[in-house]
Amino acid sequence: MKTSSLLIRNGRVVDPSQDLDVTADLLIEDGRVAGIGEDLGDAHTSLDAGGLLVVPGLIDLHVQLREPGFEEDETIESGTSAALAGGYTTIACLPNTDPPIDTQAGVEFVLHQAQRANHCNVFVLAAVSKGCEGEQLAEIGSLVAAGAIGFTDATLPIHNAELMRHALQYCRMFDRPILNRPEVLELTRRGIMHEGLISTLLGLPGMPIESEDVMTSRDVRLAEATGGHVHLMSLSSLGSIDLVRRAKARDVAVTADISPAHISFDDEELRSFDANFKLNPPLRSANHVQECIEGLLDGTIDCIASAHAPRASEKNMLELDKAPFGAVGLETALATVISRLVEPGHLSWLEAIAKLSTNPAQVLGLESKGSLALGADADVTLIDAQLDWVVNPLRFRSKSANTPFAGCQLRGQAVATIVGGEIRWTSPDRMLEMRDASDLTTP
Amino acid sequence: MSLDVTAVLPDRTAWTQRHLLDLESLTAEEITLILDTADHFKEITDGCRKKLTALSGYTCCNLFFENSTRTRTSFSLAARRLGADTVEFSSSGSSLSKGETFIDTAKNLEAMNVDLMVVRHSTPGTPHLLAQHVDCSVISAGDGPHEHPTQGLLDILTIRQHRGDLAGLTVALVGDIAHSRTARSNIWGLKKLGAHVIVCGPSTLVSERWSDVGVEVANNLDEILPRCDVLNLLRIQFERQITRPFPSVREYALLYAMNSQRMRLAKDDILITAPGPINRGVEITSDVADGPHSVILDQVTNGLAIRMAVLWLVGGGENLNG
Repeated sequence: MKTSSLLIRNGRVVDPSQDLDVTADLLIEDGRVAGIGEDLGDAHTSLDAGGLLVVPGLIDLHVQLREPGFEEDETIESGTSAALAGGYTTIACLPNTDPPIDTQAGVEFVLHQAQRANHCNVFVLAAVSKGCEGEQLAEIGSLVAAGAIGFTDATLPIHNAELMRHALQYCRMFDRPILNRPEVLELTRRGIMHEGLISTLLGLPGMPIESEDVMTSRDVRLAEATGGHVHLMSLSSLGSIDLVRRAKARDVAVTADISPAHISFDDEELRSFDANFKLNPPLRSANHVQECIEGLLDGTIDCIASAHAPRASEKNMLELDKAPFGAVGLETALATVISRLVEPGHLSWLEAIAKLSTNPAQVLGLESKGSLALGADADVTLIDAQLDWVVNPLRFRSKSANTPFAGCQLRGQAVATIVGGEIRWTSPDRMLEMRDASDLTTP
Repeated sequence: MSLDVTAVLPDRTAWTQRHLLDLESLTAEEITLILDTADHFKEITDGCRKKLTALSGYTCCNLFFENSTRTRTSFSLAARRLGADTVEFSSSGSSLSKGETFIDTAKNLEAMNVDLMVVRHSTPGTPHLLAQHVDCSVISAGDGPHEHPTQGLLDILTIRQHRGDLAGLTVALVGDIAHSRTARSNIWGLKKLGAHVIVCGPSTLVSERWSDVGVEVANNLDEILPRCDVLNLLRIQFERQITRPFPSVREYALLYAMNSQRMRLAKDDILITAPGPINRGVEITSDVADGPHSVILDQVTNGLAIRMAVLWLVGGGENLNG
């Protein structure tokens, strides 16, 4: 019996990477998966997972950690702590910090702070362009050497088509994806919400869907032409989802994610003028929300990403045009997926976990993650899918409370988050039965 | 205090709103109550007595985050005619330029025992947000391109004075609908009172979406003109446009300016209204603005009566009848 071993007994093991959905034990040794089955022998610690789901740790490829520069919103410590509470064992953070992460030192700083915090795994998405200014390529090769896992200008779309083309070509050499938020800025300037009936009635400047559709079309064509991998962040429109669907049919290297908020709310919410519903892409009208769900069902949308965008409360106490876009999402994403997609029967558990773990791992090229196969990293999330709770932003581990889900009743929660075989977090809402080997040997 | 008031004001117990933020959320009955009350106030103040004591002891704060001359003066005067004290606050040179949030600014003013806040802001929804954060009553004096409820009410009051019942009338709002708060308040108010509303202007400034809520959408003024009982000529809001959505002012005037030539297409008794400030030569030519069909100055007078009515109803001051 190895001293660093953990046996998770009797849970429902759901692993999309092996198409596995069985009630079994999961054995972890030395930070790796050592087996799934019955009678796997003794372990130093054992955990009763009866009635719980045991899944590969959740992976979020779209998180703003805000440090350095915006520590009033979030720090690497608080953001990774929030990730654990949400069931995430791995997150990829965006470079929209101050200074932006466009140097080796920037990447190393984030990795160092994450190591200090010792919560979840953190990978860095570094800037495509110097200063995220959209003009010149950042030193992508050096950034890869420092550990950057992909490239993006974060919430700023890569508007220069030539830069995008070069970035896709150049990143092919390093086998890294470009993540872009598809948006034509000329069409969304000063926009606050989805352009449609509600924006017309409220007199709020609209952001038309063409903004997303046109840029998606450009990105798909550039990926096709260059052979580079483009990942489209936070899709929200019928048209862009259709473009991706057709591109995939032609085997273009395009992947996409959506955020849980965009399948939960529509533009009617803006009638409250509440800045927590001011997102980019904006909350769309109901027909687009329906298409987002369709896109998830047919595999057009590979991943569900929290699009975690913490903002300090004073920033959301401003007029709607001055309030920032975005919302926190790490601590509500899983429950939203369960409540809005699994419970109503849209997605099976295998499909849901694929979009929350296995697929993001593939997009980011994390070969030993997103899976519970023998030898995979022992990043595991235990989920109580029946636990009902009401979202109270004051309980968030994130420093920020800007969420559209405040007061919503959701079902399902991560009850234990295990990173590299270590239990890093357990939910205060549900006690786990845990035993150490020393207890067993006590007469 | 007993008052020498002969007119009898309507029953205010029918009024239950703590704020007046927009017309979309009011019922036809509530709108009619405001109009009736305004008629009475107009009667009182048109007579010998200009100053009342209905809001005596109340403090009304004009919180203007955006420039305004007429609306601000009108609200101030209305409050003073009801006996209230008024406080003026404008954003220039205020704490806002020192980085204070507008909610903190409003809360500080409220802490000085303000009863009513009249708010003008360039961003839609700001009065609504304020109403969630302060305990006093909030009255919108216009929020960006969203609504300008008292302007809508005074436009409707003016039409009602000339035409009686609104039901069955065809009212066209002409011009920059996209950026007009006056248009939105008029649309809701007129529709609730049974009028047929047409929005007319260049296709870049008039959303087709309006037809989803039962408003007729038109781009050709000459085509709809013969059917209209009332025209409301809106100003082009150059300041709210990023790139100009039409080629030139000259071309706009060619297509939409109300001039004597176009007047020949109109009904004999057509009523011409405009929220002002008017741009002579753009949406309206001088001969029409100053002509017999124009009721533009009536609107200004009615503005005072509407604002007195709103302040009195929302403020919940001493009942003049009692």
